[in-house]
Amino acid sequence: MTTSYELDVNGVTYPVTADQGKNLLSVIRENVGLTGTKEGCDDCECGACMVLLDGQPVNSCSYLAVQAQGRQVTTIEGVMEGPEMHALQRNLLEAGGVQCGFCTPGMIMSAKALLERDEHPELDAVRIGLSGNLCRCTGYAKILAAVEATAVELNT
Amino acid sequence: MSFTIATTVDEALVALGAGARPIAGGTDLVVGARHGKAALPGDLVAIDRIDELGGVELDSAGVRVGALMSHAELMTDPVIVGSYTAIADASALVGSPSTRHVGTLGGNVMNGSPAMDTGAPLTVLGATAELRSVTGSRTVSLDELWAGPGRTTADLGELLVALHLPPAQDRCGSAYVRLEYRRAMEIAVVGAAAAVTLAADGTIASAAVALAAVAPTILSVDGVDQALVGCTPADAGPVVAALASEQAAPISDLRASDRYRRHCIGVMAKRAVDAAARRADGESIAVPVNRSLGIGAA
Repeated sequence: MTTSYELDVNGVTYPVTADQGKNLLSVIRENVGLTGTKEGCDDCECGACMVLLDGQPVNSCSYLAVQAQGRQVTTIEGVMEGPEMHALQRNLLEAGGVQCGFCTPGMIMSAKALLERDEHPELDAVRIGLSGNLCRCTGYAKILAAVEATAVELNT
Repeated sequence: MSFTIATTVDEALVALGAGARPIAGGTDLVVGARHGKAALPGDLVAIDRIDELGGVELDSAGVRVGALMSHAELMTDPVIVGSYTAIADASALVGSPSTRHVGTLGGNVMNGSPAMDTGAPLTVLGATAELRSVTGSRTVSLDELWAGPGRTTADLGELLVALHLPPAQDRCGSAYVRLEYRRAMEIAVVGAAAAVTLAADGTIASAAVALAAVAPTILSVDGVDQALVGCTPADAGPVVAALASEQAAPISDLRASDRYRRHCIGVMAKRAVDAAARRADGESIAVPVNRSLGIGAA
């Protein structure tokens, strides 16, 4: 059944008319029109679809969009600070932590949530923070380095 | 077809009474529907904004743990980590940070998976489940609640509102360990929880062990208390391993054969008793035990 509601994505309120069972990922990509959030496994395993819901990471492929009403959704498009890249984006580029780039939006969302709850994460905490995000290109070392560099940068 | 967002338990109960199914984090319901395991229910009531379903409160009978407590909250809650540590061990192993933020204790319990991580800890800690419906409330043991894989004895109109735990005893410790092939987004190959109380001389005064993923429901191991009372924790290991392996009734599936599960559940039960006894003796073993003691995936 089609239902209508409003969704707050990156601080903008969007009217949505969609099937009640439609997941947040599909609504963000198809109804809202923001395609930075990726569909990887579509099975709540890979983390490519990670967005923030009231600041906490959620696999948007496995979360009903109707349930996000009244909450703040943040996608990769909401991470830039004006014209400037977020430190995580810049450090991932500088560290070479991006190859095909498909996992990158999800990685950044998980890392952003991690750094907001833990300003000085140990390497193991970074590993755990990114444990729901799979990358099949870079072998993770450069991604972890980029997150660690960002933690240092944001706290100096 | 309908979708409503309840803000009180009473609103949720009215919706359930009219045939809606509850959804909190949706980590089982939505993923299950996408797998074709069960279609998404046509009528849903979101219960994730009901304040009275949250929180951990000390009361005269022990501790009330709200059904909406997320795994992320449970793994850091001071009461849970301090006195009911096995629940924190289990919550810290669930899924990934995102699963732990939206996934709830109530969802884990009511989904009724035999491989659920929080089930064995709740069982050894003597938890009971408080179910409410428009006609009243009742409290049942977990053994009565779980009927089989994915099945409970709760009526469709009943909502799990809280788990109740008895008061923590002195010199009591608990732990949950699981066999896993990877560190995240994993389901227990087998899992074991133990609660141990030590006597003044360091021997075991009482003990309970429960097992995950080796039977149609969480399996409480019979005869543990009788067999272990008076043993030192070191002597208890082989005894509890034998009891767990004997009583397990595992299946073979993609993740492990029945023989492998039967062997490994003994190893996990022994390690759970060891960690629980060390905690009972005052040793600080950080949550989750799997990481602190190097159990499970490397």
